[in-house]
Amino acid sequence: MASIELRNISKIFTDPKRGELLTLDNISLDIEVNDFLCLLGPSGCGKSTLLNIVAGFEQPTSGTALVDGIPIERPGSDRGVVFQHPTLMPWLDVIENISLSLRLRGMSRSERHERAKEFIDLVGLKGFEHHFPSELSGGMNQRVGIARALLMNPRVILMDEPFAALDAQTKLEMQEELVAIWERRRCTIVFVTHSVDEALVLGNRIAVMTRRPGRIREIFDFDLPRQRDITSPLFNDAKRHVLSLIREESTKVVSP
Amino acid sequence: MKTRIERFIVPVVVLLGWELFSRSGYLPKALLPAPSSVVHALSDWVIGYDETTQSYSGHWAKDAIASALRVFAGFALASLVGVAAGVAIGWSRMFEKALEPLLQMLRPIPPVSWIPLAIIWFGIADKPAIFLVFLGAFFPVLMNTIHGVKTVDKNLIRAGSMMGATERQLLTSFVLPAALPSIFAGLRIAIGSAWMLTVTAEMVAVKSGLGYVLWDSYYFLRYDIVMAAMISIGFLGFLSDLGIKGIMAHTLRWQATTTVQGRF
Repeated sequence: MASIELRNISKIFTDPKRGELLTLDNISLDIEVNDFLCLLGPSGCGKSTLLNIVAGFEQPTSGTALVDGIPIERPGSDRGVVFQHPTLMPWLDVIENISLSLRLRGMSRSERHERAKEFIDLVGLKGFEHHFPSELSGGMNQRVGIARALLMNPRVILMDEPFAALDAQTKLEMQEELVAIWERRRCTIVFVTHSVDEALVLGNRIAVMTRRPGRIREIFDFDLPRQRDITSPLFNDAKRHVLSLIREESTKVVSP
Repeated sequence: MKTRIERFIVPVVVLLGWELFSRSGYLPKALLPAPSSVVHALSDWVIGYDETTQSYSGHWAKDAIASALRVFAGFALASLVGVAAGVAIGWSRMFEKALEPLLQMLRPIPPVSWIPLAIIWFGIADKPAIFLVFLGAFFPVLMNTIHGVKTVDKNLIRAGSMMGATERQLLTSFVLPAALPSIFAGLRIAIGSAWMLTVTAEMVAVKSGLGYVLWDSYYFLRYDIVMAAMISIGFLGFLSDLGIKGIMAHTLRWQATTTVQGRF
């Protein structure tokens, strides 16, 4: 059974300036358990909207979205979200931010902190437990956001361009760490990105979306062993293929 | 060291000029008491050594405490009700529609204009003063709380519900702390209003406190005591604000690096 099933999802936004806007057009997609699926598409193609529907932040206009066979009605801790911006509570320090979901469940402070330690080590933030987000760099805050999602031990982790705001070097490090975490812990990840390289470095399945209204242009398995060498012929073959899909898309829009 | 001296130049010049002008006899001494005689009255009022302030001699602490208690009672009440109502209006469309028109209609009415009603409702004592302080302190707290709640980053709420927070937890663990900087801004405005209204109420509807001493001394043409009372009010208002600022710096220490000391 697939971990996430999307059946004929469409989403129409009603915008007072432009009227009705079809953002997602009849998307069907199965995401298997332990998949690392990268949703690749240009800005404004609706990939974040699709992720928000799985997260439960938004409802589809039509169609159904299921996680483990259960319809998604609202956000919940079975689906951890890593946001584009870290979205930490500025009034809580690192360890409290990471273990906030446990506090909401009424767990004691000492127990919480015990549990959080493992994840602080995992994302390499040892020594920064009692720093506030305002005292950390963007990359460090993003790690806190990842640790927060991992600690919830969710069945699915949803990531919305989490590394988009980072510099090239930090981005590389974080991508490697994420792959290592995924290989060790084996969870289902849906990762939204507009970067072809990022999608091909991370995913074992790649879904390429069209421009708005968003559809799935093609979905394929990508089993290149890791660490992936982004200069290897196999990587470049895949990249050439994806880029040609994207190029087809953009010429389609220019000549309607 | 240089900035230390600069800080004192203007006040010293003003005080000296005032002292000289007052002693010159250009105006009757009773109408413009010199700083020295204000200090004299104030110190006798505080410690009571030569009874220049007559029946007030040595009674300052009692008067100050009477006023401070009214400020505190009205302010505390206004803070509780203001934050509660502000969160309700900011968070729920239903409360916004039900409460806001009435409150916004009451807001422009100067609290002072409630004095006649306050006196017939509550008599001459602490209650009308506390009522007026409440009215003056309530609206700044309310408005700032509404603003704070309405401008909470939507993504923080999303993060909260993603972590499985209940509606109640979203309010207490996410919305309220996120709105705290605005709420504190409201509290600081409110404490100032609270002192203004305590003194106003004491001049009219109460027979004790700094405002009462101020108004009573005016009838006796003791402008030195009037000024001593003004200075006392300013000083206590300053202390109250300092207290709130202290609590704020502690509560909002997570943003200390970006606001309180973050400029340098």
